[in-house]
Amino acid sequence: MYQYDTYDQAMVDTRVEEFRDQVRRRLEGHITEDQFKPLRLMNGLYLQLHAYMLRVAVPYGTLSGAQMRMLGDIADKYDRGYGHFTTRQNIQYNWIKLEEAADILADLATVEMHAIQTSGNCIRNTTSDQYAGAAADEIVDPRPYAELIRQWSTFHPEFSFLPRKFKMAVIASDTDRAAMRLHDIGIQIVKSAAGEIGAAFYVGGGMGRTPMIAPCINEFVPIDQMITYSEAALRVYNRHGRRDNKYKARIKILVHELGKDEYTRQVEAEFAHLLTQNIEPPLAELERIKGFFADPAFEVGVPDEVDRSDPDFALWVDNNCVPHKQPGYIAVTISLKPVGGIPGDATGEQIRVMADLAARYSFDELRVTHTQNIVLAHVKKADLYALWQVLDANGLSTPNLDQIGDIIACPGLDYCSLANARSIPIAQKISQRFAGREQEIGELKLKISGCINACGHHHAGHIGILGVDRKGTENYQLSLGGCEGADTSLGQITGPGFDEEGIVDAVQRATDFYLANKQDSERFLDTYRRLGMAPFKEAIYG
Amino acid sequence: MAEVQFRFRDDEPVADPGVTVDAFGDQTNAAAVRLEPGDDARDLLPHLARIKLVEVNFPVFGDGRGYSSARILREAGYTGELRAVGELLVDQLAYMRRCGFDAFAPDSALDPADAKAAFDRYGEVYQPTTDGRAPIWAKRHAGTANG
Ligand code: HEM
Ligand code: SF4
Repeated sequence: MYQYDTYDQAMVDTRVEEFRDQVRRRLEGHITEDQFKPLRLMNGLYLQLHAYMLRVAVPYGTLSGAQMRMLGDIADKYDRGYGHFTTRQNIQYNWIKLEEAADILADLATVEMHAIQTSGNCIRNTTSDQYAGAAADEIVDPRPYAELIRQWSTFHPEFSFLPRKFKMAVIASDTDRAAMRLHDIGIQIVKSAAGEIGAAFYVGGGMGRTPMIAPCINEFVPIDQMITYSEAALRVYNRHGRRDNKYKARIKILVHELGKDEYTRQVEAEFAHLLTQNIEPPLAELERIKGFFADPAFEVGVPDEVDRSDPDFALWVDNNCVPHKQPGYIAVTISLKPVGGIPGDATGEQIRVMADLAARYSFDELRVTHTQNIVLAHVKKADLYALWQVLDANGLSTPNLDQIGDIIACPGLDYCSLANARSIPIAQKISQRFAGREQEIGELKLKISGCINACGHHHAGHIGILGVDRKGTENYQLSLGGCEGADTSLGQITGPGFDEEGIVDAVQRATDFYLANKQDSERFLDTYRRLGMAPFKEAIYG
Repeated sequence: MAEVQFRFRDDEPVADPGVTVDAFGDQTNAAAVRLEPGDDARDLLPHLARIKLVEVNFPVFGDGRGYSSARILREAGYTGELRAVGELLVDQLAYMRRCGFDAFAPDSALDPADAKAAFDRYGEVYQPTTDGRAPIWAKRHAGTANG
């Protein structure tokens, strides 16, 4: 994986000092909270209901064992022993003291990590495919391109006060595992008929209160112009994105209001101009970065069979492991969704256990997934049982990947100052209600947000739950049929909302109806798409 | 008009306040113009030869359109004074400098020591702009084509 050179390290170290200085000026009263806010936000520091929350960047979700271990240590040293992995492949700590924030950043800097641009109206952490480098269907490893974007977007002088936050994702296979088209810019690395590598640009996707699926504005930008094209797309947005209303400030609104064609025309004009400015890093830089993402030293001739004699293990293999491009290897997802647990939470100890397992069994590397789980991407099949036993002993072997218990949930009213309703307890109740029935129900992606900001991706859930405020009481809206990935679609609301118990019952009625009506090997989503909303609605509301 | 607190030029400052972009089109003798966030910096491009001062207003610090205006002018070859005015914060100075601003007139004066630290803090940059600083990638590949 990528390693800093002295330049990258200097940037991060300087940032720690800058942040220390900003905190000092705030504590000494040189700047007001209003003026401090955008500064601390650009360092990932939010003021939440009970304490400060710190969001640490995990570029394209990839971590070394040492970095992961540090995340576990920070959970114990500065938080209450937990870290929370997020849908943007980052980690958040919910109980941070302002006075200690700079020390945390300094600790992070010792393992080449930071919290730069993890919030604020700037270009955020770029996300990617959690199986990058392992997936059989990828054209290339997308992460070098994401790293190129990371460097370009870090402290970008022109784009640090955008109309709104800006999120990018990069993938390199037709199967989209990163919800690429729900980002401000989604890039798919593609290969032309002539074998040339290029970038397809999808611009103007997003969730929030107006969910939109990004249209493709350019199917093939030559790879040695990708940064220039990004700069053009951002400049048009920075100049013309709406600033009068923060709910209309995302680039999706600009693309929608101008129309895709007009936006594209403006980007192409800006692009033609920027090509004259020589702002693109040379291909040699991409090659340098690619060197860090070369395949690890896979062993050849290792057994390609897994001994399935332990039924619990076999179940876990079937649910949580996916094929690897290299014979004898497999990619493993560690579910952070135990029955009744808080989705995405891990203790400091669990984080260190995962770090050790990565060192022992997966070339010292881990991934955070946008579904709030952890991936060990390159595990030898021969090691799989030993790995599983350690996971099992540490409460990390829940076999429920992409099933109803593998819920995405935002922090909701338990932590978040913007929330209408709690998300975590709903996730816990649903995962308890369906415990033991997950295999029968099969693939079912359930996603919960505590308010319309949609941090929990509810629009993209096969079943989505949205917390709303109804006359001062928490109320939950149900939607069906959302999906991310190649066949991205947005969920439709079923009808009137439910209270806390009612929403769990409603989910059960929907899944019961599915089980009673599914044909062959249909997933919940397939049955919904075949039958449409009406019969589900009938089943849910009776 | 707020005082210019920091200036990185040796020539005589222009004393006249900038006229609006609309007025500028008609007043063929005006040498100073003021850009509001919604103005299109490209409207000035035909007139760059006679402009000595462009004030770019930041009515609120969070409105970042002025950064693009500045770069557009510099990329088009403008060499006169580019002055940031309005609600300017210490932590924005370095970004503004990189976008081509060479004079700063904040509504409320900034602590000079904090400002100096901010201007000087980052010894390296990841992106090239018209300020001439070599980006990190150029240093990494000094000697190779395009690097
Ligand atoms: C607890 C503090 C948090 C606050 C105050 C917060 C705030 C927000 C706001 C205001 C938006 C809407 C932005 C817009 O539509 O313009 C948003 C969107 C989002 N947030 Fe959060 N969030 C928080 C935590 C999280 C967490 C923990 C995650 C990941 C699990 C997350 C992931 C996202 C995602 C994926 C979006 C949607 C992005 C999009 O609209 O394209 N947020 N957040
Ligand atoms: S969806 Fe709403 S409640 Fe949930 S974290 Fe985001 S802002 Fe908070």
